[in-house]
Amino acid sequence: MLLHLVRRTAVLLASLAVSSALVFGFMVLLPGDPARVALGVNASEEAVGRLRTEFGLDRPIVEQYVSWVSGLLRLDLGRSYVSQVEIAPQILDRLQVTLWLVGCAMVLAVVVAVPVGTLMALHHRRVSGLVLSAVAQVGVAVPAFLAGILLITVFAVRLGWLPANGWTPPNEDPVQFLRQLVLPGLSLGLVQGAVLTRYVRSSVLDVQREDYIRTARAKGLGPFRALWRHGFRNAAIPVVTVLALQLSTLLIGAVVVERVFVIPGLGSLLLDQVSNRDLVFVQDIVMLLVLAVLLVNFVVDVLYVVIDPRLRVGRP
Amino acid sequence: MTPSRVAASGSVLLLALTAACSAGSGTSDGTATTGAGGKVGTSLTVGLVAEPVSLDFTTKDGAAIPQALLDNVYETLVKVDQSGELQPALASAWRVSEDQKTYTFDLVQGAKFTNGRPFTAKDAAFSINRVKSDWTVSLKSAMDVVAAAKAVSDTQLEVTLAKPSNNWLYKMSTRVGAMMTEQGVADLAAKPVGTGPYVFTEWRRGDSISFAANPDYWGTKPFFQDVTLKYFKDPSALNNALLTGTIDVIGTVQAPESLQQFEGNDRFEITEGTTNGEVLLSFNNGKAPMNDLKVRQAVRHAIDHRALLDTCWAGRGTLIGSMVPPTDPWYEDLTGLYPYDLAKAKALVAETGVASTALRLRLPSLPYATSCGQVVKSQLEQAGFTVDLDQLEFPAVWLSTVFTDADYDMSIVAHVEPRDLAAVFGNPDYYTRYDNKQLQADLAAADAGTVDQQVDLMKKAARELSEDAAGDFLFLLPNLMVAEKGITGLPKNAITESFRLADLSRG
Repeated sequence: MLLHLVRRTAVLLASLAVSSALVFGFMVLLPGDPARVALGVNASEEAVGRLRTEFGLDRPIVEQYVSWVSGLLRLDLGRSYVSQVEIAPQILDRLQVTLWLVGCAMVLAVVVAVPVGTLMALHHRRVSGLVLSAVAQVGVAVPAFLAGILLITVFAVRLGWLPANGWTPPNEDPVQFLRQLVLPGLSLGLVQGAVLTRYVRSSVLDVQREDYIRTARAKGLGPFRALWRHGFRNAAIPVVTVLALQLSTLLIGAVVVERVFVIPGLGSLLLDQVSNRDLVFVQDIVMLLVLAVLLVNFVVDVLYVVIDPRLRVGRP
Repeated sequence: MTPSRVAASGSVLLLALTAACSAGSGTSDGTATTGAGGKVGTSLTVGLVAEPVSLDFTTKDGAAIPQALLDNVYETLVKVDQSGELQPALASAWRVSEDQKTYTFDLVQGAKFTNGRPFTAKDAAFSINRVKSDWTVSLKSAMDVVAAAKAVSDTQLEVTLAKPSNNWLYKMSTRVGAMMTEQGVADLAAKPVGTGPYVFTEWRRGDSISFAANPDYWGTKPFFQDVTLKYFKDPSALNNALLTGTIDVIGTVQAPESLQQFEGNDRFEITEGTTNGEVLLSFNNGKAPMNDLKVRQAVRHAIDHRALLDTCWAGRGTLIGSMVPPTDPWYEDLTGLYPYDLAKAKALVAETGVASTALRLRLPSLPYATSCGQVVKSQLEQAGFTVDLDQLEFPAVWLSTVFTDADYDMSIVAHVEPRDLAAVFGNPDYYTRYDNKQLQADLAAADAGTVDQQVDLMKKAARELSEDAAGDFLFLLPNLMVAEKGITGLPKNAITESFRLADLSRG
């Protein structure tokens, strides 16, 4: 168990180091001059040159990289090129918004996928199971932004039940907060739910064929009780893995969904700063996303061992 | 539990979720939510597109900052009215000396900054001098011509120019003329202090900027007590926000074809006017093949402007024949100079042999450029041109490729600055690479002459520019606004840097 933890931690740190170099490298490759973008069309070449010096863009690339990474290690994310405001508080601010959205979508995905996926597995030879599979297949094929546009058109513009877009912090007006969270949460969550449903289905189908389920059924347990007592824990492993992998999809989906629903989250911040060529800002946000995904994978690796005791005994 | 009960419990959960949503919405009729409680006549939410990067336009460029702050928080000595004429603002009157170098302004009495200090001629002199000393944006060059600004008395300001300049007084109506106070410039990025009808209250980055009516305002008090400017990057999100009552006004419609959903709906009213945004098919006049007058003329004759406007901007907008919008005093209809004439264009293409060279039409990734670019390409190809079209990300890539390096033959971009003929065509280093000594001399003389001479010389310059086909002026962007019925006072023509909130009212 301990060895497993140490190995996983080493992998995590190495991944972080490599990704920081990649993130930085890609930013350098982005075409366009950040100083010119910051100053606009009216600025003179001298002014642009001065700003390049101020940003440190004329320093050697390795030096820029080292100063950025050492800042990150000290939790100093630096200042925005464009607004000169500290980056860290802005990212925290936007992160809270995105976490609500992603969290809501994640919960929704699980709430939909587990019962529906199980049902699909238990009914896999019946028409109802086939119909559910077909519906889930459609859900997989629909991108989150399209789901968002459809939901807005129906529930906001046509029916007028919910706001089409916008964001209110929960402490300010909890009712408005929830009303504004429903549609973006649904568009992100339902699509992920559809993907997850298919994994739940195949996972449950797999355990259904296991000997211990047959034994449980032979003891007289009904199909669902047998699954509940003996199957779910085993079926959970692949599902948890997929769920973790989906977190990165959710974060990326949030970028687009935030734009469609005008939500001031991390995704819209990222898009704005890419267009502003606020390089340090973009690097910081992307690194944070990378960190989030790597951390989740790390936790999942550790969780395997908790869910499946067999992994504790064997070599990790 | 049997499978059917599992299904049942699943759907109960979904139902509960849906019920939670509809319970919330049951309290609202879907026309006005907390964000836009405009019904009581006290607050208003205006939807706009570009959010400022900072509140400090003395160090940050971008049209979004003055759009939010000028005329609302900050005021100027003179302002431009809807027909493009200069009108009194913080200066009730002004006189120009015989040699056109000394301007004397009589200032209004009773104006006060929001920090409680009275507005005096000292503040006016301070503001003008500070542009030269502390501003960093390139627009500050508008004040280079000022030799001295001093307070004669509390209510009289005297400004001496190094040489006569008509443009200077005009520029005083833009952000460089914003009146500030020495005690109010410590934190311009977060706490703007001005004399205007509104006080800045809150900025939610990525979302909105809010203002409250200034209780001590010296002029006519504004109707709306609280105004929020809400920013939408996505045009359809902006439209939906108005349709569902999140906002009361769309300040700039980004997709004119989307106006259909508001037309014929008696909840809304559409306002259409003009702007200063000339959509220019720019030519790289500095190198072959666009340095050949006949090639440029062929391009101008090959473009059917009416058809182009109908196709790419839903027919909204004004056709202009030069770099002058109809609200400028020297506007003339020059659309007849290069009428659509395919035969002539074909003959010129054949004569110059330009068909063998592919013209690179390099577009910024902006809605109007993308849609017009396709039309321009197909119209030019009908005349026998070969056109290579590519799209460059705006602003970053377009700025470095087209604007800085002039690595292009043609591009399409809207030049939205007011009175920008001289900036775009008077400077041979600008990306249009247009070097015309006669035009430069005329522009300088126009700035230095009397007001009448200025009008005549600018007319001459605009005609010269158009005849020489220094670019093709596709059309003038329309100012399109949609508002809930009953909202009055919207600025029909968007020809200033500001979005005046104080004139708005609910009838």
